[in-house]
Amino acid sequence: MFTNFALIHVQVLLGGLIWTVVLSLISFVFGGLIGFALALAGVSKVRWVSRTIATYVALIQGSPVLIIMFVIYFGLPILGVEVGSLTAAGIALVLFSSAYLGTIWRASLQSVPKTQWEGADCLALTYAQRMGLVILPQAIRIATPPTVGFMVQIVKNTSLASVIGVVDVTYVGKQVNAATFQPFTTYLVIAVLYFCLCYPLSVLSRRFERAYSVSHR
Amino acid sequence: MSYQFDFSFLADYWPLLFWGTVATIRMSVIVTCSGFVFGTLCAVASTSRIAVLRNLVAVYVEAIRNTPLLVQLFLVYFGLSSLGLRFSAETSALIGLTINVGAYSSEIIRAGLEAIHRGQIEAADTLGFSRLQVLAGVMLPPAFEKVYPALVSQYVLLMLGTSITSQISAEELTGAASRIQSMTFRSFEVYLVILGVYLVLSFGMRGLLRLLGLVLFPRLRRLGTNL
Repeated sequence: MFTNFALIHVQVLLGGLIWTVVLSLISFVFGGLIGFALALAGVSKVRWVSRTIATYVALIQGSPVLIIMFVIYFGLPILGVEVGSLTAAGIALVLFSSAYLGTIWRASLQSVPKTQWEGADCLALTYAQRMGLVILPQAIRIATPPTVGFMVQIVKNTSLASVIGVVDVTYVGKQVNAATFQPFTTYLVIAVLYFCLCYPLSVLSRRFERAYSVSHR
Repeated sequence: MSYQFDFSFLADYWPLLFWGTVATIRMSVIVTCSGFVFGTLCAVASTSRIAVLRNLVAVYVEAIRNTPLLVQLFLVYFGLSSLGLRFSAETSALIGLTINVGAYSSEIIRAGLEAIHRGQIEAADTLGFSRLQVLAGVMLPPAFEKVYPALVSQYVLLMLGTSITSQISAEELTGAASRIQSMTFRSFEVYLVILGVYLVLSFGMRGLLRLLGLVLFPRLRRLGTNL
């Protein structure tokens, strides 16, 4: 009745892994775009702007990703927007990553020494010149290690999309488990697949950290 | 928009939500404690002179930090039971979360241990302290003080992560919510309500742990800032 766990199942799982990667990329790219806007607005001197951003970030960071996903999955159809599970999961993960990336990048912007901001002001640079030529090049160096580190969190959190029916590697895993009834092997293989995605990012993040901290020693 | 919001399920089902909240809090408190103890042990082991022990901790930490909690819970609940180690969903949730949070705590505490000035340890050695005395009296207290804010964030994340244990049918807030929505078909309203509950829990937990920090670390109280 049950088939044994075999190579064919690994192939099926790899098919699911593609959606894990796609979902991760969507979350990172769109979450990054929104996060970047949040970071720029977060260092704004206009009080209500930075307050609004801080509130948004606090609300997202204080909610479980799984519940955000449920609320969007069940909530958007009420507003008349029919969404598939992939879209709903994508939106939830974009919200999640935008809040965290926004925080990471705002902190990076703020850790560029104040004298640099003032210096740029003194040279009468425009906002775009000051950001693009003076602040961002320095902030990017500071932001790279935690950003790459956070990508690991994004990849791992895409596994929650399986709960609302996105056919990612975890979802396929449940099906493989139902067919083989070898949960230990199945989930171990899935864990290994996630590890293969995440570990290189972790190593990269640490390497960046070491490379960039040289100047501070 | 013709949708009628209907929160009337709250009248009938609030006890379920209440006990779910209690279960979530209980689970979070237990795992915060067990994860902290386990993490501390691992952090101490990672500073050990025995290479095997150090490598073992390193492998454990990397394995946990690079795989999703959901898959870890599946492995503990479904995987171990197929190998003959059968636990209830609640026990599996506690085991899985402890293993997960232990790895993160261990990394955080290890960073605190490494930040301790060598002179402190050498001074303690010179005074004839045993290795245990150095650890408990000289290394761990300032390490905890230094990384306390990071630990607080980690444990709040853990509390939010307990929602994932609903996927192995552990009884907690999210599990209660999914039961209510399957009976009332008011999915959106139910999840909106528990989203609010989680927000209150996470802000409350953060606030309480910050207060606890003020109680535990007098220096923080006096200076009003971290080290």
